Amino acid sequence: MSETINLKLKVWRQKNTSAKGRFEIYDMPGVSTHMSFLEMMDVLNDKLIRGGQEPVAFDHDCREGICGMCSMFINGRAHGPLRGTTACQLHMRHFQDGETITIEPWRANAFPVIRDLVVDRSAFDKIIQAGGFVSVNTGNAPDANSIPVEKHKAEESFDAAACIGCGACVASCKNSSAMLFLSAKVSQLALLPQGDPERKVRVLKMVQAHDEAGFGSCTNIGACEAKCPKNISIAHIARLNKEYLRASLARD
Amino acid sequence: MIHALKMFYTTVGRKMIMALTGLFLVTFLIEHLYGNLLLYKLDGGVAFNEYSEFLVSSLFIRVVEIALFAGFLIHIIDGIYLTLYNRRARKIRYEVEHVSGLGTWFSRNMGLTGAVIFFFLVVHLKSFFVPYRIFHTDTSLAYEVASAFRSNWYAALYVVSMVILGSHLNHGFQSAFHSLGFNNIKYMKPMKTLGTLFALIMMIGFASFPIMFYFDIFGVGTDILGH
Repeated sequence: MSETINLKLKVWRQKNTSAKGRFEIYDMPGVSTHMSFLEMMDVLNDKLIRGGQEPVAFDHDCREGICGMCSMFINGRAHGPLRGTTACQLHMRHFQDGETITIEPWRANAFPVIRDLVVDRSAFDKIIQAGGFVSVNTGNAPDANSIPVEKHKAEESFDAAACIGCGACVASCKNSSAMLFLSAKVSQLALLPQGDPERKVRVLKMVQAHDEAGFGSCTNIGACEAKCPKNISIAHIARLNKEYLRASLARD
Repeated sequence: MIHALKMFYTTVGRKMIMALTGLFLVTFLIEHLYGNLLLYKLDGGVAFNEYSEFLVSSLFIRVVEIALFAGFLIHIIDGIYLTLYNRRARKIRYEVEHVSGLGTWFSRNMGLTGAVIFFFLVVHLKSFFVPYRIFHTDTSLAYEVASAFRSNWYAALYVVSMVILGSHLNHGFQSAFHSLGFNNIKYMKPMKTLGTLFALIMMIGFASFPIMFYFDIFGVGTDILGH
C-alpha cells in the first residue's frame, strides 16, 4: 500500500445560515494515508490560507472520538465509511487513490448550517435541558454503594450513556429524527434508581422538546444505529416508547 | 381520558397510532386468510359461501366492519401525515447518500408500498365487496372469485399486490411492537425474524389464491365453476 494518495475533495461551502451554499472542488495531491480525516482537512485549510482563501469551517475538539464535535457527512455516510467511528478517528488509508470525496454538513432543519460544515446542534441541548438530568440536593457525595444497581441494568445504562451527542443519528435518519439521541438519555436514566423519581415527567418533556425542535418521527429503520459512532442500539428507542406509553397512561 | 389522548399528538404518539391500527389490520388479515382457505375445501364453494353469508348477516360483523374501515382510514391518514412531516424535517437533501447506512428497502418505502396496497384495496373492494355486500348479486361469492382469477391481468395484479403487502408487513409487523415498546436487545433479532416469517405466510397464503385458480391446480377452479 502506497504511503500517499491523491484525492479530490468536493466540499460544501456556505458563508452563513442565510447564504446559499454550493460545492467547491479542491485537489489534494500526496495525502498521507496515516493522517486522520481531520488532519487531512487541516492540510487543506493550511493550503487555502496560504493561497489567500477562506479556510473550510468544521467542528472538532478532542480528536479522540469522545467529544462528539466532528460532524461530517463523508461520501454519503455520517462520519464516513467505518462503523462505530467518528470522523476524527477515521484514517485516510480507508480511501482509494484518485477518489473524489464528497463532504457535506449534517442535513436537518433542526440543525441549521452556521458556516460550511459547521451546524448548530443546540436543539440537542434543549432536549437535555427538558429532562436529561436527575435533581439531587447538593452536599456530601453519598456512598457509592448505598444504592444498589443490578449488573445488567448498570451495563445497559452505561451503553446508553456512551452517546456523545454528535448528531450522526439525525444526519443518517431518513426522517431527521433525533429519537436515538433522545432514547439514549431517557433509557440511561430510566434504568437507574437515581432516574426513577422523575422518569414520567422526563420522558414527556423530552419528547415535547424533541418535537418542538423540528426533528422528524422515528420509523424504526435503524440507519441511526448503523452510523452511530458509539454503536447505540435502537432497542433504547423501544424503551423510550415504553416509558412514553407508561408516562402517558399512568400519569399521577 | 382526554389527558391520555393528548399523547397521540407527539411524534412518538403518532407512531403508536400507526402501530395500533396496523396490528388491528393484521388481525383482519389473519381472519381474511382463514376465510379464503375455505375455497380449497373442494366442496363446490359451499363452506366459503356459507362463511361469507355469515359475515354479511351477522350484526356483530357489521360493527367490526365499521371499526375496520375506521382502522384503515386512520392508518392511511396518519401514514400520509407522518410521511409528509418527516420529509419536511429535511429541506436541503444530501448530494450523496450511501446505501450501507440506509436501512432496509422495506423500512424506507412503507409509504410507497402502502400506496400500492391502497390502490389494490380499491380494486379488490370494487370487485368483491361492493357487488356482493352492497348490491347482493345473485351469483355466489366463490363463483365470482373463481371466475375473476381466470383473467390474466387480474391474477397478475393480485400476485404483485401480495408481494408488496408482504414487503409492507415485513417491516410493519415487527416495527409495530417496537413502536409500542414491546422490544429489547434480547428480542430484537427474533422479532425481526418473526416479522419476516409472518409477512411470508401472509404473502404466500394470499398470493396462492390467484395462482391456484389461474392454473386450476388440484381442480380448485373447476370444482367451483364446473368447467
